[in-house]
Formats: sequence, structure tokens, C-alpha cells
Amino acid sequence: MAATAPQISLTDYKVDTKPTWCPGCGDYAVLTAIQKALSDLQIPPHQVAVVSGIGCSSNLPHFLRAFGVHSLHGRALPVAQGIKLANPDLHVIAVGGDGDGYGIGQGHFIHAMRRNIDITYIVMNNEIYGLTTGQTSPTSLKGMATKSTPNGNIENPVNPVGLALMAGATYVARGFSGDPKNLAELYKNGIAHKGFSLIDTQSPCVTYNKLNTYDYFRGKYVNIQTEGHDHSNFEAAVRRSLEWPTLLSEKIPFGLFYETKDKRTYDEDELAYKVGNPLHGDLALTKDEAKSLLESLM
Amino acid sequence: MATKEITLRIGGAAGDGVNSTGEIFAKTCSRSDLHVYAFNAYQSVIRGGHVWYQIRAGPEKVHSVGDKVDVVIALNTQTADLHIEALRAGGCLIYDPKKVKVDEARLPEGAKAFPIPLGEIAAQFSKNPIIQNTVALGAAMCWFDAPFDTFTEVVTDQFGHKKAEIIETNVKAAQAGYDYAKEHYGKGSYGLRYGNKRRPLLTGNQALGLGAMAAGCRFYSFYPMTPATSIGQFLAENGPQKGIVVKQCEDEIAVINMAIGAGYAGVRAACGTSGGGFALMAEAMGFAAITETPVVVVNSQRGGPSTGLPTAPEQADLPLMLGAGQGDYPRIILSPRNVQEAYDMMVEAFNLAEKWQNPVIVASDLLLSEHLETVDTLDLHPTIERGALLPFNGNGHSPEAPYLRYKVTPSGVSPRAVPGMARHEYIAGSDEHDEDGTLVSDVRYLLPDAIEVRNAQMEKRMRKLDGVLGDFEKPTLVGPANAPLTIVSWGSTQGAVREAMAWLKSEGIDVNSLEINYVYPFQTKEVTDLLKTSKHILMVEANYTGQMEKLLRQETGIVCHSHLRKYSGEVIWPKEIVEKVKSIVKNTGKTPAAPTPKGGMH
Repeated sequence: MAATAPQISLTDYKVDTKPTWCPGCGDYAVLTAIQKALSDLQIPPHQVAVVSGIGCSSNLPHFLRAFGVHSLHGRALPVAQGIKLANPDLHVIAVGGDGDGYGIGQGHFIHAMRRNIDITYIVMNNEIYGLTTGQTSPTSLKGMATKSTPNGNIENPVNPVGLALMAGATYVARGFSGDPKNLAELYKNGIAHKGFSLIDTQSPCVTYNKLNTYDYFRGKYVNIQTEGHDHSNFEAAVRRSLEWPTLLSEKIPFGLFYETKDKRTYDEDELAYKVGNPLHGDLALTKDEAKSLLESLM
Repeated sequence: MATKEITLRIGGAAGDGVNSTGEIFAKTCSRSDLHVYAFNAYQSVIRGGHVWYQIRAGPEKVHSVGDKVDVVIALNTQTADLHIEALRAGGCLIYDPKKVKVDEARLPEGAKAFPIPLGEIAAQFSKNPIIQNTVALGAAMCWFDAPFDTFTEVVTDQFGHKKAEIIETNVKAAQAGYDYAKEHYGKGSYGLRYGNKRRPLLTGNQALGLGAMAAGCRFYSFYPMTPATSIGQFLAENGPQKGIVVKQCEDEIAVINMAIGAGYAGVRAACGTSGGGFALMAEAMGFAAITETPVVVVNSQRGGPSTGLPTAPEQADLPLMLGAGQGDYPRIILSPRNVQEAYDMMVEAFNLAEKWQNPVIVASDLLLSEHLETVDTLDLHPTIERGALLPFNGNGHSPEAPYLRYKVTPSGVSPRAVPGMARHEYIAGSDEHDEDGTLVSDVRYLLPDAIEVRNAQMEKRMRKLDGVLGDFEKPTLVGPANAPLTIVSWGSTQGAVREAMAWLKSEGIDVNSLEINYVYPFQTKEVTDLLKTSKHILMVEANYTGQMEKLLRQETGIVCHSHLRKYSGEVIWPKEIVEKVKSIVKNTGKTPAAPTPKGGMH
């Protein structure tokens, strides 16, 4: 038995395909942080499924070694949940942008969280639609001028961290591409967490968002862990979630807002898993099953 | 005339218990060596409104709910008014004169009114007014001379989980109704032999659910929508203990995308909806096709457009299914024609989906999904074909060569790995991609090699349709080959057509029938061969624009001579087809070609 498993290194997660992102894009740091988190956790690439929607950031699955689906715009979470439900042994990570997850996919976002299904959701939030060359997004700040709001955005932005807390996510964090070390740590703990994890990641678009730049976030950055925030305190997490973008305070809180291990996950209560992992096992009905089904219809 | 079959119609208000009374009688017949076809007509309301349930039973296969009835149980005046004229000669109308007004002058010739104090009799056994249904059913059973012991067994099974008292009340009430009818009206003369053989009695949706289970489905997602919901409910009840994950989702977009995720992960996955939900699924159909992910999608059609007639049978989603999603991809559509075939085709759909690594649509409709029918053979251990799925231990592929998920092959099918298989990591992309899954849609787009890749991948996928066609069972013409008229139909309309054919034959008119169940890829060659000698083609379908008629013309160039299209929200009655055929034969001045012992036309 106990042959020592080969050590998994960062390079096991590398592929030849080069990212198509603009130089300086925040998504590079996200990619590296995911690779680091996975290798730190010693998870083999074939046991990982990375699922994305559509958008610049949703190209990410192509840039690392793992199974994955580059799905439809807004549908990363349903596909990711389907994979996880079919094979609960996999580590499933959903990735995408703010338009993908908080706009067109918002409905799925809320429901995936209330299920507390054991997946990790990393949103590369840049407050803009980049791939379509710069329209307003659900997280664009009020007043921001974009190609679709040339006179300034007149809507209020969604608050992803606040939504996640209210909807029942059990690991809720905000990361920053300009702080890669902390980012990898937040991802690692999120992937290790049993239950739904959201890591809203401020990942600046250097081409189309001239407001929410690296400097913008650096100027407002506070690490709530450094400030002594207790991430087991739900009320404290909610208070801190309101600081930005809802109240648009001078400071933007980053770090782990909330984590609980007390809430049951979806797969803990799914009756079907008592039979085993749905992927494995004989597909045919047993004689007894067939007999009782038929009798119930007579 | 002593009929060899019986039809009972019970009508009242929603909430009156019409449905469960009807089901008890249907089961009493299906346990008495009779073939049964039963249909519940209802409105989209939970209480009030008009509902009626019709059960037809006979010693031979029963193809439709029929037109005329032998017994009407009218639980309210509305039922008596609406259904009195459906009675056959020799039939009777059972009602409580204290509650229901009957205009006896409207009774068809030879039909009778049987007033029975249903409420009064019921009150002897229970305060629950629904018991009067049971009294009325007892009276109907007397008229049909139906086996009371079998009825008692059915009631015992039906209410087995409740108190013994409820079973006893129902049996006593039915007996009292039986005795009252016997004393006052005697028995009808139907000459029906009730035996002991039991046949499975199930709805189309139960058949679809059972088919999914027998096929090894391990994931089923849905969002409640009539008339598809009961597939999910059947699986929710029976599936989890057999390892099937059944998931009600937030919307149909999540429904299909979850099923695609499950299919990608390697389990047999399906989902179900009706037209409105299917419209939301359209984009994901193409996503499943370009990622070559097996998934089975049931679309149980109902009256449209929009919310339309939510509880009405209609076959009007054909262009929606043929056109679901942007772009070209291999579209596979099966359309089972009866409950037996719903079961068989659901199994087949899973095999086709995995064999061809593609979405497969099973097109049902409200009539097929919701009517009860007896079936003879359910093979609960069918062949399960998983196609080019690699063994999970990773031994199916040489570790040295790069794994090519979308390898171009003559059949269009490539070896399929699933997550968890070491050295087989790949990305299933909704963008156009190379053999190994890398995109050709962005930085490589329009470069010479990407143009080649695009063509190769598009052609590889579309080639699957040739293989699928080869897997389809060949169509046949039912009835005499040289008949002067050919009826073409698809899906559940088969039942009314078969019924009409028998009726016409009894009047000396021979017709034959092509009943399409493999809708797409269209069996152009076979269908052309079958129809090219037809003298007159009549298309019968439940929609306004002639959707199958257009598809037939598009795929074969064959133009139908006439059509019967129904979009009223009711089922197609056999009588309507009979009348249509007669009018055609009359107008074209042709006498039926086939010699018949019963003489010519009237």
C-alpha cells in the first residue's frame, strides 16, 4: 500500500496555450493563484474541473491543466453544479467575470449558494464588459461613463459579497489581483472549504476600465484580517460587506468576510449518494428493483 | 349491438375527486385482462372548473380514448349538459337528481337516464362528499358487470397507506351503488369477459421515467411545467434510492446546463420540460452539440403560443425543436407514438445520445405524457450502449500520445474521456475548437489552419447524422399497400388514426397510414419510397400551420393532398378523421380500391 504519491508541483498545472488577455490584465494573477492553490493542496489535475462562462476571464480554463468546460455566457454555475452532482469526488471550480456571474447568471448565483453545494466560485470582477469592448456591467459604479452609458451609469452596482452572505454561501471572500499572495491563500482555503465558496476578485481591466484601476484599489485597500475581523461572525461580515460598493466608503475591505463549517452541504443530504458515486457502479436495474417498479404500475 | 369494449366518462369540478375515481376504474380494468386507454381532460385550476376523465377498455389493444361513451357519470349539471350527447345507444347517464339537472330530451336515441340518490347513499358511509363518486362508480360497475373483487383489491392498494376505515368506506359505498343500480336498472349487455391477467398501466410520463431508469439514467433535472412535471416526480419518488440524482432547478436554463454538466462528467443525464421551458433551453442545445456531450431532453408539447393552453394537447413545437439554438448542429428528434414506445424510445434516446455524443430530443405531448395506457412488454433490462466512452481506469488510451477529445474520425465520433481519468484532461468548449479542445475562435481565427480545423470539426459533427439515420428503425405503412388514401401523422396522433382506420374499414373503406416516430434526421429515402405510390395523402396533426406537412415537403418534395389540423385544445377525435376521409373519398369521386366483404361506401 502506502506508496508515496508523487509530489504535485505548479508545473503540473501548466499548459502550452498562452493566455489571450491584454498585458497587465488582472486575470493573469488569478490564473497563477489558482494553480498555486491547487498545487499547495496537492490535488491532481485530473480530479479538478474548471468551468467558465463567456467573457475574457472565462477563457481561463484553456490556460491551465485540468478538466473543464468553457460553457455558455452566464451558465458556468449550472454546468459546474451538474458536474459536481454527477461526480461528487471531483473538485469543481467555477470561474468567470462580473457580467457572466452577477449579470446574466445572477439567478444561478443565488440558487447555487442557497444549496451550499460544494464548489468554489471565483469571479474576476473588473466592473466592465471587456470582451465586448467596454459596456457597463452589473458592478459598474454609479456615474461611471462607459460605451453603453456615455453620460454616466445611472444604476447602482450589485454587492456580490453582501448577496453571497444573504444567499447562504458558507465561505465569502474578496481578493485582489494586486495582492497575489493573499489571493492564492483565499483560493486555497476556498477550495478546501466544504460548501459553496465565493471569492469575488477585483481583477482590473487595463484596457476598458480607467476608473477601477490597480492604483484605485491600492489606494483604498484594507485587509480585514489585519484589522482583526472575526470571520466566524456573520453580523460583522454583513456590516463589512456594506462598506463597498454599497456605501462607497473611502476604504475597500479585502480578505475573508465569513466562513462557517456548521451548515450542511448539498451532497451530505442527497439521498442518491447513499448508493455511491453516480459515476460508478452498474447502470442496469437489479432484478428486485425491476420487479418492484413493475408491480407498482400494475 | 353487443360491444366488446366499454367506455366510461366521469365529469365534475376540479377537486371533486374525478381523477382518482377514474384511475380506480382504469386499474380495475387493467387487472382484468383488458387493454385500457384513459385520458384526463382538465383546466389549469386547482379547485372548480370542469374536469372529466374517460376510460376505455376492451379485449384488444385500445388505441385512443374513443369518441362515444357507454356510461357518463355527471357529478354536476355542467357535466350532464356537456356530455349527454356523447352517449351511445344502450348507454346511460348516472347522476344524483337532487344535485344535477338532466334534460332527458337531449339523450341520444337508445340511451337512458339513471337517477340515483348518490349523495344520500354516500352519507350513510361518510361525511366526505367525494364518496358519492364511489357510489356512482359502483353503479357503473354494475352496468358493465365489472368484477367487484378486483375493484376491492384496487381500492385496497390505492388507499393501503391510509386507514383501513377509508378502504372499507369506499368498498361499502361502491357496493351500495352497485346494489341500487342492480335493483333499479339491471345490467347492461356488453358481453365483456373479465379475466385475471394484469398488465402494467402507466402514463407516457411514467413510461419515460421508467425508460430513463432502465437505461441507467443517473441525473435528471427539471423545472415544474405541465405536462412534463410528472416525469420528474416519478423519478424523484423512485430514483434516489437507486442512485439517481433528481434536481429541481431555478429555471430551465439551469435545468439543461446542469444536465449537460452531468453528461460531461460521464453519467447518463436527461431533463424534461414543455415548449416554454424548451424555448429557454435552445442555446444550450447547440452547446451540448458542439461540446459533443450526451444529454436527453424531453419536450412534452402543449397548446401554444406563449402560455397558450397549458393543459391542452397540441403538436406545435416542431419548428422550435428543429430550430432550437443558433447555428448548424446534428439535430436528433424522436417522437414516440404511444406509451409502449415512450418507454422504448427513452431507452433508445440514451443509447443514441452516448453513441453519437450528442443531445437527443424526445418529443412527447400532453396527450401522450398524461394518458394512461396498458402495455404488454416492458423490457426492464434493455441493452445499454455507451459508445466510445473510454474505460475509467485510463487504460483505453496510450499514455504517450496526446489525448484528442475531438479527433476527426469517419463516423464523427471521437473517444470520450470524463473528469477523473488521469492524462485525459481537456476543455469542452462552446467555441469552435481543435481536435484537442483548444479554441480556434480567437487568436487563430481566419488563419489558414483554423479554417481547416473549422471545416473539419463542423463536418465531423454533421457526419454523425448519417450514422444516426442508420440506427433508426425503418418506417412502414400500416394497412393495405394499395389503399386509395394514406394518412400521415406523427407522435401520439397515431392512436386516433388507428382508431379511425378500424372504423373506416368496418364501413368498407380501406386506408393506410404512415406514423412518423423518427422525426429527425428525416428518413427521406424510406418515406419517399413509401409515399411515392400513394394516391392521396392526408396529413393529420395537432397544429395550425401544418408543421409536419412542411417538414415532409422540405425533406422529400412530397406535397400532401389534404390535411386535418386541430388546434382547439382538444384531442383529435377518431370521428373527425373518419369524416375527413369520407369527405375526401366522396369529393374525389373515387370508390375504395380494396375489395371488402362489407361492401362499398355509404
